[in-house]
Amino acid sequence: MASKSSSSGKARDYRVVGTRPVRPDGIDKVTGRARYGADAVAPGMLFGAVLRSPHAHARIRGIDVGRAEALPGVKAVITHRDFADTDAALRDVAVNVMARDKALYDGHAVAAVAAVSPSVAARALELIDVDYEVLGHVTDVEAAMRADAPVLHEDMRTAGVEPAPTTPSNIAERVEFGLGDVERGFAAAAVVVEREFVVEASHQGYIEPHACLASIGPDGQGELWCCTQGPYMVREITAAMLGMDISKLRVTPSEIGGGFGGKTTVFIEPVTAALSRKANRPVRLVMSREEVFRATGPTSSAKMWVRMGVTRDGRITAADADLRYQGGAFAGSPVSFGAMTAFACYDLENVRVVGYDVVTNRPKQAAYRAPGAPLSAFAVESVVDELAARIGMDPVDLRLRNAAREGTRTAYGPRFGPIGLVETLEAAKAHPHYRAPLRAHQGRGVACGFWFNFGGQTSVSMSVNADGTVALAVGTVDIGGSRASMCQIAAEELGIPYESVRTVVADTSALGYNDITEGSRTTFSTGMATIHAARDAIRVLCARAARMWGIPEDAVVWEDGHAKPSGANAGDFEPLSLADIAAVAGKTGGPIAGHWEFNAENAGPSFATHLVDVETDPETGRSTVLRYTVVQDAGRAIHPSYVEGQYQGGAVQGIGWALNEEYVYGADGRLQNPGFLDYRVPVASDVPFIDTVIVEVPNPGHPYGVRGVGETSIVPPLGAVGNAVSAASGARQTHVPMSPPRVLASIDRLAEAAE
Amino acid sequence: MATVKVGLGGPLRSAAGGRSEFEVEASNVRQMLDALAAAEPRLAPVLARGVAVAIDGEIYRDDWFRAIPAGAEVFVLPRMAGG
Repeated sequence: MASKSSSSGKARDYRVVGTRPVRPDGIDKVTGRARYGADAVAPGMLFGAVLRSPHAHARIRGIDVGRAEALPGVKAVITHRDFADTDAALRDVAVNVMARDKALYDGHAVAAVAAVSPSVAARALELIDVDYEVLGHVTDVEAAMRADAPVLHEDMRTAGVEPAPTTPSNIAERVEFGLGDVERGFAAAAVVVEREFVVEASHQGYIEPHACLASIGPDGQGELWCCTQGPYMVREITAAMLGMDISKLRVTPSEIGGGFGGKTTVFIEPVTAALSRKANRPVRLVMSREEVFRATGPTSSAKMWVRMGVTRDGRITAADADLRYQGGAFAGSPVSFGAMTAFACYDLENVRVVGYDVVTNRPKQAAYRAPGAPLSAFAVESVVDELAARIGMDPVDLRLRNAAREGTRTAYGPRFGPIGLVETLEAAKAHPHYRAPLRAHQGRGVACGFWFNFGGQTSVSMSVNADGTVALAVGTVDIGGSRASMCQIAAEELGIPYESVRTVVADTSALGYNDITEGSRTTFSTGMATIHAARDAIRVLCARAARMWGIPEDAVVWEDGHAKPSGANAGDFEPLSLADIAAVAGKTGGPIAGHWEFNAENAGPSFATHLVDVETDPETGRSTVLRYTVVQDAGRAIHPSYVEGQYQGGAVQGIGWALNEEYVYGADGRLQNPGFLDYRVPVASDVPFIDTVIVEVPNPGHPYGVRGVGETSIVPPLGAVGNAVSAASGARQTHVPMSPPRVLASIDRLAEAAE
Repeated sequence: MATVKVGLGGPLRSAAGGRSEFEVEASNVRQMLDALAAAEPRLAPVLARGVAVAIDGEIYRDDWFRAIPAGAEVFVLPRMAGG
């Protein structure tokens, strides 16, 4: 593990942090005891099903549910009329959950039923009569931007252009970031490379489809059990859509079979709740895989243009980009994040990025690990690779020559604090992988990546039990092993064994509000809250010891899991362990607990450098990943195995996106591949062991130096694999995924051009 | 209250009609955001939806009572989210 000493605070020896204890959720998961969303049951439960639009774009002239309601066994049928009108901030989410006047994409929900069995529910869907007026549709980003494109929203005017447009458009917004003068920068360049790139949409591909059990009683109180990254978010949106008080709704998150950002919004949760309320029975709704593909959030797809200039000695003088991201049927593609991250790895004086947020007849995009960043990074890292080749410089050296460091000003304004990009590049260059020989038709790619990370609202509660063990309740769903990390952090602070702490993800009634598990925030934010909650509990423990000894509270210190007199003047008492104090808590003042509620700030960004070797078959265009190494800054790895797991998972998902994964729409605007047979994610036999190097450049904004690591790992793979396939095939790759037919066509074009 | 130079990025700059820099009187984030909305009313709804505020390179949410030190470098940016 490469590490660099902290620039803030004194060095600290950790007892539990940095070790690799067994995960507390492991046995449940491998034995099948873990309860996922679809495992929830309730007495008298009904089965929900959703009717979805078969059209990419259609006006809904009417919905007749009469025949469905008359079917024996049907207990409720709902449409958009069963939801409260929400304010503007929630309107797009609400309309995405249930269509109103128009169906905006193939798979858009238009009605739902609850029935006594899945087969009755399925039959009822067939009996709902929807009167559609089919409209022209558009699923391609560039086609959607044309003036003659079918318009999705009559009231959409492009924001960010002067003068303000008066006619509707599918371009929701134009954004621009930048510094300096790019034309002056290009004038100083010896070599300029300019290319267009396309990245197709991928899906997060989580194993567990969305599932929800709702029970809303006639008294207006209710509960939801569901699979989500954000139970508080589910509670608040569902309450708003049903016109309920937040306090009347309790949401319990299930164990989660992956989310990667795709479960940071609602789809079926308000629908299930509305069905339950109307039927006055518990209702369970579970999405099929086809529904997950057609109607949850894939990523944006994008058309991008990048131009960069470099001097002969490797100084990048200018960078310019135009990014066009479609984000499905509603405004809000992550094009701003794509624009902000595009050149974040580089120290540039002259940079400009223009982005367009475009709507199309596709499902509303949802976050997917570092939303927006992998797309623009693919384009930029490809151009950087080509610049290096054109000036005859090693691609790692070119990146080191121009790498962002502490004090570098970003294209979006602020300067970076302490960051670890240079350390990842140096570790990659020193890695044996970088010097390993390659054979014919093999190529090596390198690429860097960046993600902001953020903190957010967080609340935890810790109880000291009578036997000296500790219960920790957190409000952030455990997606990446955070329960283990929280146990480690609590044990570290309290001075007790890891095994003495049990962390549970609480329901929404148990704690104050918690933001979603997203933005690589949980180990950072919930971890920091756990540190403070433990210190809060320690204050109580020391106060109890002081009373037991009859000395002032400030004469007691906490060391190695024991209360001790602070010095000779405080008196001579045998140290009291946490268990000693806990055992008599009922006689010294009552339960001992600690809690912390705050808005976590100062999440330090994480940078990565990836190396990959690929072999591309020149006859079929098929690429095989031979070797892959992830080097990334974790600030401080709490549980290194989970950090490595995040690195490996991001790399594998990136490999899948780079080589295979793609939303394919037909001319009819319908998704052609809504299943894992035709939408191919990498399986174990497709990828080699993903090697990892954890770099630790501490984040001064966290007591231990933690940086979030869950997202940066998917930013470099598209570019790294693209550079490797370009080297292996001899043809520059500009279109993700680099599927065999696409790569073969690029090789053929090269051969034709050579003739 | 001191004079604070505030840079706007991306959608904020767009909402302000392309203007990328403002000077306002403020000693904390709330005062800075209120002054921005007063100086450019088109920014008000965008600021109300939630933004990020960078103070000397540290990125915060719209944390009202976060102090803005004299001479600090301040940028208002799209609110951070993630996967």
